[in-house]
Amino acid sequence: MHTSQTNNPVEFFSKNGVIYITLSGDVLTYNVEKDLQKINEPAQAEVLKIVFMPDGLKAWDSSLILLVYEVVRIAKNKGIEVDLSKLPQNLQDLVNMAFEVDRKPEHKSSSIGGLLEIIGSVTIGLYRAVSGFLNFLGAITLGLGRFLSFRSIMRGTDFCAALEDCGPKALAIVSLISFLVGLILAFVGAVQLQTFGAQIYVASLVTVGMCRIMGAIMVGIIMAGRTGSAYAATIGTMQVNEELDALQTMGLSQIDFLVMPRLLALILAMPILTMLADFMGMVGGAFVGVFLMGLPYQEYWKYAFNAFTLNNFLVGIFHGFCFGIIIALCGCYSGLNCGRDADSVGVATTRSVVYAIVWMIVVTGIITVICQEVGI
Amino acid sequence: MSKTVAINVKGLSVGYGDYVLLHDADYQVNKGDIFIIMGGSGCGKSSMLRVLTGLLPPLKGEVVINDVDMINGKPRDVQKIREKSGILYQSGALFSSMTLAENIMLPMQQYSDYSPATMRELAGLKLALVGLKGFDDFYPSEISGGMKKRAGLARALALDPDIVYFDEPSAGLDPISSHNLDELIIELNRSLGTTIVVVTHELASIFAIGNNSIFLDAASKTILARGDPKELLKNPPNKTVYEFLTRGEKK
Repeated sequence: MHTSQTNNPVEFFSKNGVIYITLSGDVLTYNVEKDLQKINEPAQAEVLKIVFMPDGLKAWDSSLILLVYEVVRIAKNKGIEVDLSKLPQNLQDLVNMAFEVDRKPEHKSSSIGGLLEIIGSVTIGLYRAVSGFLNFLGAITLGLGRFLSFRSIMRGTDFCAALEDCGPKALAIVSLISFLVGLILAFVGAVQLQTFGAQIYVASLVTVGMCRIMGAIMVGIIMAGRTGSAYAATIGTMQVNEELDALQTMGLSQIDFLVMPRLLALILAMPILTMLADFMGMVGGAFVGVFLMGLPYQEYWKYAFNAFTLNNFLVGIFHGFCFGIIIALCGCYSGLNCGRDADSVGVATTRSVVYAIVWMIVVTGIITVICQEVGI
Repeated sequence: MSKTVAINVKGLSVGYGDYVLLHDADYQVNKGDIFIIMGGSGCGKSSMLRVLTGLLPPLKGEVVINDVDMINGKPRDVQKIREKSGILYQSGALFSSMTLAENIMLPMQQYSDYSPATMRELAGLKLALVGLKGFDDFYPSEISGGMKKRAGLARALALDPDIVYFDEPSAGLDPISSHNLDELIIELNRSLGTTIVVVTHELASIFAIGNNSIFLDAASKTILARGDPKELLKNPPNKTVYEFLTRGEKK
């Protein structure tokens, strides 16, 4: 006879082919791995019976149920008899309940298969994603057609609410960020230009940078994170709440009802926000030039306006227009393809921002190359 | 005299992709029935409802509603049937950006020639019918879960439907609200002659309102029993149905 541990609420000892498991005191939050290893040891091959001895047992929790359950399970597999008769009746009942459910549920394996399987599933996934998005673009085109021919069921109040959200309510954050970006551009440029004594050209640098591209990009990033994600979350939550099902069974177009107001609002708001961002960026540059670098106020604005060209300004506004479409489409598409649980809404929201930013960069690249080719 | 068939389902298989929930189901819902689709969790009750309402394409089979093939029929005919159907979703599925009246007026704006003033009056009437008189300008976030279901029912009744589908109407309701909703369903059926299809596993509701039913079984993926639920309780065709209808009592 030997004891395996001292002062342990669970102790094992064996005698004449019988393992006795004594339970004493409180068996609470007890880790069972070591004890189960003992039952599984090869030396226990000759064991005929396992007996639980709960004489000093005071309090217990799920960890004791787990210990008994696992001991009984292992013993069953090995053909060993287990005596639970001395255990409290409610503990025995709980162990029996755990054994009552013996059905193994069907569950699709999520393990990674072979290379061909991975290639196949990625290809199918890509095909579905591309065809789904193309279907969505087709539906948007039809929706625009209905809108232009006054057959859309888009509600004016929804459009106004969307416009208020992405217009006036976004002014403060767009102004602040654009001011800071203009300020940073001016600082970075000033350090280099000062070495040539050409610090006055900070005004030109900030004006061209903000108007041509930075204003639109900053507004795009802000609106993708602020408005595009909100679109995805709102429409995704409608999916969870069966509101999209209700629209579908009522025969109402989800595109007309949900996407068009948001798309049109962003198409209208983004160029205006881009103009604001351009101006606030120039103000930020002026702040550095005039107050920190000591450039004359009038001189600064003279150089700034000299650098301002209609081409640069319109290219920036066109960027804003394109970004508005991208943000609205990515937000709405992610929301409409959201799953039916809370987690899916988070995924849809994240996806909308990531898609929007990636597509904005891609479109910026395309516009830049085209402008370069046509000499704008 | 034989009853007129409102919904005729033939050889219908329901599932998602390769996963079949139910195969080769055949049943009929007669006009004026309160028809219960019942069964244990995961047997495909809600998926069956999604097929009937056109939200989920079936794996195979036919759904004919008022003589229109809802799977392969002409889109215009199918749309006409949909316009004459109302659905009450588990959560009510009210549009949160609209007031209750606006929710109810939405299908009217799409499919009727009522003037805005008449639509507004009708919305008020529908709300009064479900016990929500005066709640026209409330938003869904301002009312309780039971009231949302009632408002959802008012919206389902907006176009005076021939068939109203209910998805788990008692889910999340206290016993009194649940009883009141059952009373409302019976009243709706009695006074308007509306055909009602209810997906539920709430026994009290099943016996209180149902006069015809099918029992779906997850294990065999078939219809295990059909008929009046009260008759099924008296003469259960098998152990599974008996246990379900008696809350697990062993036969």
